Amino acid sequence: MIEVQHLTKRYGPTTAVDDVSFRVEKGEILGFLGPNGAGKTTTMRVLTGYMPPTEGRAIVAGYDVFDQPIEAKRRTGYLPETPPLYPEMTVRDYLLFVSRIKGVARSERKARVGEVMERTRIADVAGRHCGKLSKGYRQRVGLAQALLHNPEVLILDEPTAGLDPKQIIETRQLVKQLGGDHTVILSTHILPEVSQTCQRVVIINKGRVVAVDTPENLTSRLRGSETMHVQVDAPVIGEVRAALQAVPGVTDVGIADTRGNVASYEVNSETGCDVRRELASAVVSRGWGLLELRPLRMSLEEVFLHLTTEDVAHE
Amino acid sequence: MSNILAIAQKELKGYFASPIAYIVIGFSAILYGWFFINLLYYFDRISMQAGAGFEGPQSVNVNDQLISPLFLNVSVILLFTLPLVTMRTYSEEKRSGTIELLLTSPLTDSQIVFGKFLGGLILYGAMLAVTLVHMGFLFAFGNPEWRPVASGYLGLLLMGGCFLSLGLFVSSLTRNQIVAGMVTFALFLLFWVINWIATFMGPTTQSVLNYLSITEHLNDFTRGVVDTKHLVYYVSFIAFSLFLTVRAVDSERWRG
Repeated sequence: MIEVQHLTKRYGPTTAVDDVSFRVEKGEILGFLGPNGAGKTTTMRVLTGYMPPTEGRAIVAGYDVFDQPIEAKRRTGYLPETPPLYPEMTVRDYLLFVSRIKGVARSERKARVGEVMERTRIADVAGRHCGKLSKGYRQRVGLAQALLHNPEVLILDEPTAGLDPKQIIETRQLVKQLGGDHTVILSTHILPEVSQTCQRVVIINKGRVVAVDTPENLTSRLRGSETMHVQVDAPVIGEVRAALQAVPGVTDVGIADTRGNVASYEVNSETGCDVRRELASAVVSRGWGLLELRPLRMSLEEVFLHLTTEDVAHE
Repeated sequence: MSNILAIAQKELKGYFASPIAYIVIGFSAILYGWFFINLLYYFDRISMQAGAGFEGPQSVNVNDQLISPLFLNVSVILLFTLPLVTMRTYSEEKRSGTIELLLTSPLTDSQIVFGKFLGGLILYGAMLAVTLVHMGFLFAFGNPEWRPVASGYLGLLLMGGCFLSLGLFVSSLTRNQIVAGMVTFALFLLFWVINWIATFMGPTTQSVLNYLSITEHLNDFTRGVVDTKHLVYYVSFIAFSLFLTVRAVDSERWRG
């Protein structure tokens, strides 16, 4: 549905986006993750036909955004970083205007605007001036604007920025619902958002794609040093610690929690060295109770930090 | 066409939702009324002198002595008011980011530019409509010829179109309204006074400078003459400015 091929965008001497390629399948929700200034907004602006690429091409809904911009734009809904509202218009007038320039048929405009306002929960401010809305409402009116012409492709630049926690949850749910019918690209620098809403993630840093994968795969792929969570029921805690430390491959043992005889340990081991069997037998052979043994997954947040800092280190 | 109208309508709503439309129309009406009264007293005096057989013109004509100078005075009003109309058109959209909405909608750059131009032109039309009241008095209490009046309005509309298109172009170059307004005002002034120096120049330079002056071309219109020379000037001025605006918007995209 969306295909980006070797996209490069330069502003004078600075390269904002450098040879970026990725694909998004129909109905998929793709997370576009990167720190501020990574080139997320620039990539999205190219995809929406706001600016042409310096090199490479982007195909949206079967149309090249540069060669057939009108056809591509007809099928794209876009929420820019700052919602593009006219402060002097009421929300309803604004949405009617947008539906008109987006090519919604005259007879359907009113119904469509009502529907979208209902869906984005802004019906209660329909008569208010856009300039007088709170940040949360502005963001949602911006989202409503992007949905008006029922586009095949939705490009949302930080749709949850500036919302309060309840609104963030609502917006994420809405985006999830939109996937399936629509193909969604969503940019964010908030990590939980990606794991909660997206099926696939593109991580971008300094204009380059650093990784493309599912949130789950990224997490497991990038477990650098492995950490095990071990819970043992034993009379003397120090003995357990020493026993775990003695297992070959283990680099470090920390005590996370103690409750009577039961203690939790965090066992770090060398990368690629699976110590689960040895840990289990070390505990069981001494007659202690092994209550729990599981690998600690690195959170996506750490993955992200890992990816972007590693990239810096390479340069 | 529907897209152009949508943009024009949006522009108009923007003018009337802010104080701009009321200030522009209101103050133009006051100034115009002042010019009108001034010229009316003058006309009253010379027609009395002519009637009493004193020195002065042998015949007085309401078209030549009142309406024509009145139309020429309008260019002064336009000089000050039209930069206010055009200065925000693009600058404000750029500053607030709404330009992103327009440029990512299925519209062509020319549709946006024409829509904005049309919106400004309609506001200007409303401004001119106020002057019809004064004209109505002249027709009610005198007997002016209607043809020079009609051609005068056509000339004013075209001249205003030139100012508006030039202002639109300047506005498309910056995101700062004040800069846009100031530069527009300076350019209007330049096109107004460009031929003042003409009398000191050789015949070729003189005719070139006279041709360039926006207001110079209005003279014939106010006298009831619709010369293709002037029509070509005004229409090509507008077309060229709008063309430059479209190019400026497009080049902005490339530069980012």
